[in-house]
Amino acid sequence: MRRLVPYPLLALALFAMWTLLTGFSPGHILLGALVALIVSRSMLSLKPEPPRVRVGWAMVRLAGIVLVDIVRSNIAVGKIILFNPPHRHSDFIELPTELRSPYALAVLALIITATPGSLWVQHDANRHVILIHILDLVDEAEWVRQIRQRYERLLMEIFE
Amino acid sequence: MMQAPDLPTWAAIIVGLLVLGGAIITLVGAFGLIRLKTFYARVHATTLGATAGMAAILLGSMLCFSITQGRPVVHEILIALFVTLTTPVTLILLARAAIYRDRSEKLPQLPTRSEPERAE
Repeated sequence: MRRLVPYPLLALALFAMWTLLTGFSPGHILLGALVALIVSRSMLSLKPEPPRVRVGWAMVRLAGIVLVDIVRSNIAVGKIILFNPPHRHSDFIELPTELRSPYALAVLALIITATPGSLWVQHDANRHVILIHILDLVDEAEWVRQIRQRYERLLMEIFE
Repeated sequence: MMQAPDLPTWAAIIVGLLVLGGAIITLVGAFGLIRLKTFYARVHATTLGATAGMAAILLGSMLCFSITQGRPVVHEILIALFVTLTTPVTLILLARAAIYRDRSEKLPQLPTRSEPERAE
């Protein structure tokens, strides 16, 4: 089974995408299955490091937290743009991180950048420090504490 | 021009509010490009359209076509997924390019400690 479908999650995702885009006719389900099998095999030549993902409640909780944070920061950044508060201070912060898995770091980069108001700039793999730009920076320590508590802990649970 | 005679009034109102709301959020984000003064600040503004603006418009689209076609239309979820996965990649790339430029011009108030060449 492993030989035939080396990346079962990717194959499943491709199949789901194909059926969602084309509708649920038998022909397309067959075609989608073929595409999923063949295209997911093309990942073999890239030899990605196999991710160790623990599927569980941590994923659901992380998704929920991110959703709430995106809505809240949309409102916050919208207010900043519309009302232009005079004492706004935007700056870079450095976040020391314990995450080592490239997949966990990639997800954290997506979360931080997709949330308006914070922007992932770079990850220093030697010092394990992430450089983040914050639009409305009041307290650097508070931001670091929030990111670690809300995202990093759950990402550790899922990926490491 | 597509008409939607099959859309009941209550649904038309909800769809209209969602699409209009999403468009307004995206407009606020675009307005931020003029209003905010530095490159790094402007990047934050664009994410409004890519998150809440996109979500509202897609919800409206899902609701509208689910009702007119009489079956759940969910492939907007794929659009949301792909936009969420790809926008940050572009934004991070732009930010990296900007910080590379600013560092090589030795602008003040930039964190220089994380420069790759200076790391051990």
